[in-house]
Amino acid sequence: MDLNYTPEECAFRDEVRTFLREQLPADIAGKVKNGHAVQAADYRRWQGILYEKGWGSPSWPKQFGGTGWDPVQLHIYDEEAAAAGAPRTIPFGLKMVAPVIMAFGNAGQQQKYLPGILSGKDWWCQGYSEPGAGSDLASLKTRAERDGDHYIVNGQKTWNTLGQYADWIFCLVRTDPNAPKQQMGISFLLIDMKSPGITVRPIITMDGAHEVNEVWFENVKVPVENRIGEENKGWTYAKFLLGHERTNIAGVGASKRELGRLKRIATSEMKNGKPLIQDPLFAARIAQVEIDLMALEITNLRALSAESEKKAPGPEASILKIKGTEIQQTLSELMMYAVGPYAFPFERASREEGDLKSVAGPEYAASLAATYFSMRKTSIYGGSNEIQRNIISQMILGL
Amino acid sequence: MDFNFTEEQQLLADTVRRFVRDNYTFEQRREILETSAGWSRETWNELAGLGLTALNVPEEHGGLNAGPVDTMLVMNVLGEGLVLEPFLAAAVLAPALITRLDDPKAAGALLPSIAAGEKIVVVAHQEPQSRGELANVATRAQTSGDSYVIDGLKSVITHGGIADEFLVTARSSGKPADADGISVFRIAPGTAGMHVKSFRTIDGQQAADIEFKGVKVPASALVGAADKAFGAIEGAHEIALSAICAEAVGIMEAINAATLDYTKNRKQFGQPIGKFQALQHRMADMFIQAEQAKSMSYLAAIRCVEDDATERRRSLSAAKVVIGQAGRYIGQNAIQLHGGMGMTDELMVSHHFKRLTLIDLTFGDADFHTQQFIRVTQAG
Repeated sequence: MDLNYTPEECAFRDEVRTFLREQLPADIAGKVKNGHAVQAADYRRWQGILYEKGWGSPSWPKQFGGTGWDPVQLHIYDEEAAAAGAPRTIPFGLKMVAPVIMAFGNAGQQQKYLPGILSGKDWWCQGYSEPGAGSDLASLKTRAERDGDHYIVNGQKTWNTLGQYADWIFCLVRTDPNAPKQQMGISFLLIDMKSPGITVRPIITMDGAHEVNEVWFENVKVPVENRIGEENKGWTYAKFLLGHERTNIAGVGASKRELGRLKRIATSEMKNGKPLIQDPLFAARIAQVEIDLMALEITNLRALSAESEKKAPGPEASILKIKGTEIQQTLSELMMYAVGPYAFPFERASREEGDLKSVAGPEYAASLAATYFSMRKTSIYGGSNEIQRNIISQMILGL
Repeated sequence: MDFNFTEEQQLLADTVRRFVRDNYTFEQRREILETSAGWSRETWNELAGLGLTALNVPEEHGGLNAGPVDTMLVMNVLGEGLVLEPFLAAAVLAPALITRLDDPKAAGALLPSIAAGEKIVVVAHQEPQSRGELANVATRAQTSGDSYVIDGLKSVITHGGIADEFLVTARSSGKPADADGISVFRIAPGTAGMHVKSFRTIDGQQAADIEFKGVKVPASALVGAADKAFGAIEGAHEIALSAICAEAVGIMEAINAATLDYTKNRKQFGQPIGKFQALQHRMADMFIQAEQAKSMSYLAAIRCVEDDATERRRSLSAAKVVIGQAGRYIGQNAIQLHGGMGMTDELMVSHHFKRLTLIDLTFGDADFHTQQFIRVTQAG
């Protein structure tokens, strides 16, 4: 047993560090490190830089233009990128639909869609959840009826993240309402967001942000060639996709960065004439989350190491999702508590323009309450933490 | 990065596991518990025969010099079986301390018989006021001609009642909490002025309070340099802390397996109680906590011999916090999920729970190590 990186892995880490130091734009890194909102243009710019370097998609296999890195290299990259303040990868194209297209799409689909995802030219979003289909996703109702060479799609998707920027949406639709099991009547469609009949309506979340949308489909014509794999087999592809959503699910690198920010804030804030970080109760709360994060880091490395040995990423990912999101939430909570009443000011107009301005108190306090409220989503999305516990009890514990 | 064990390590773990499964069933353990000694010399000899007493002894003294990862694997199994024999005290802590005191004469006198399982040497360090703080030694050692005179109380020394010899820590200079000024002495039980009060502990193990009233020992009883033992004491306790974390992990996995088994078989309202989601989610959380604890036990085993003191101390304290908290969560909920049966003396789960609980209170509890973690992190 050895927790150290091999010399080759250390050399790789140095290469990643050098690249990030030289190529990651300072303005973007500044936003990430200080908790400011990263704009769509920033994400596109960074994806372009990664694409130029040949690192457009670290997790893809080489044949599709990926790096072919192994799980440990991917982990090193994620850690270093997070520490340097690189924006998170918007997962919908690179990490979600692309693996499905690679595994189940035909050659024509692979040639048509993958290059645009890799270069960042095409922004993708997800059409999974519906108002009546959340945790019970397979009960989805959006209909796709065959009409010659097309499907006619009608229905409503929701919790669609960043769809206001999207060129394409991948959707689960019901093609056979009479199938004996609801999982058996679902198909997987790729839909051009410019298609007539699509309406995107913003959902403003409690932090004032416009991150999610409702997407309405009204007689939207989708060519049959945009279907992935077989008709009514979409549930299989959907489950495959959810498996891939889990890479880097622990978010250890980003949480380490946020822990550093928490400590900086708690060092600046004063209590009883001393820095807050020296207050015994607050110090204990920071220590608790730091210790939990240390444990998660090793648990994550154990999962990666099992993956490297070609043991498929299994239901153990649910542990990483639960602990990872709990830690993210705690960090955001402690940062808000650290600034006390200066967490209160909130200038809605600046949020609507994309970021929160400091209107009173220290600059670093401006976004902390909004971030705290926003982070409540993490235990709800991507399979709620209760669903993750169901997965553990059924798939691991056999209950 | 590599989480695999060597073939030798696998073999060691398998051998010990087979021994414990064959020779340390619930009934066999109960028989040992009911003897007046409360432990079995015969079993101890068998464990020695498997090489366990030699694991932490250097090769030049007849040992295997195996290291903390091997110790971890052994402790996992001994935890699972709730083995009552003094492996942690006499085969981990004592040889680790002697080795670190860098005293060839004492090492030559003690280590070969420890390795062979012939002699039970017990470290008498803990005191009523020390509560995990390793430098907090109030027991005094005053020079008197060619001798030292020892006065003080060592409290709840595990396996103190069966020791063939003690390694007693005492303050030869400085104030009660100073790291400097602590020395270690070899003292045999029965030395004039020494009173050993033995008792059972609630986890079925045994311990003793050892009182020293004007106990006179020759200067030759000093092990290592006078006043300079703290580094060795800390180092040895770090090895032992890593080991006890592994013992806890073995217990947690056994408790979780037993709870799972129970909830799959116990029927109420016409179905196994494991079908109820409230219980499923509880067990999912118990599983998560055991995995996190296992991760930290790995970290402790790797870092307990790390040269960088900040990194070493941080990792060990973090590990003890996670193990203490996970142990409490898993133990308490296992009893809850077993219902009335969990309260009885008749199932292994209550015995596991008791040992797991005392592990949190050993070598500093989760609160102590949270404070220690903060201290080390802020100083580093």
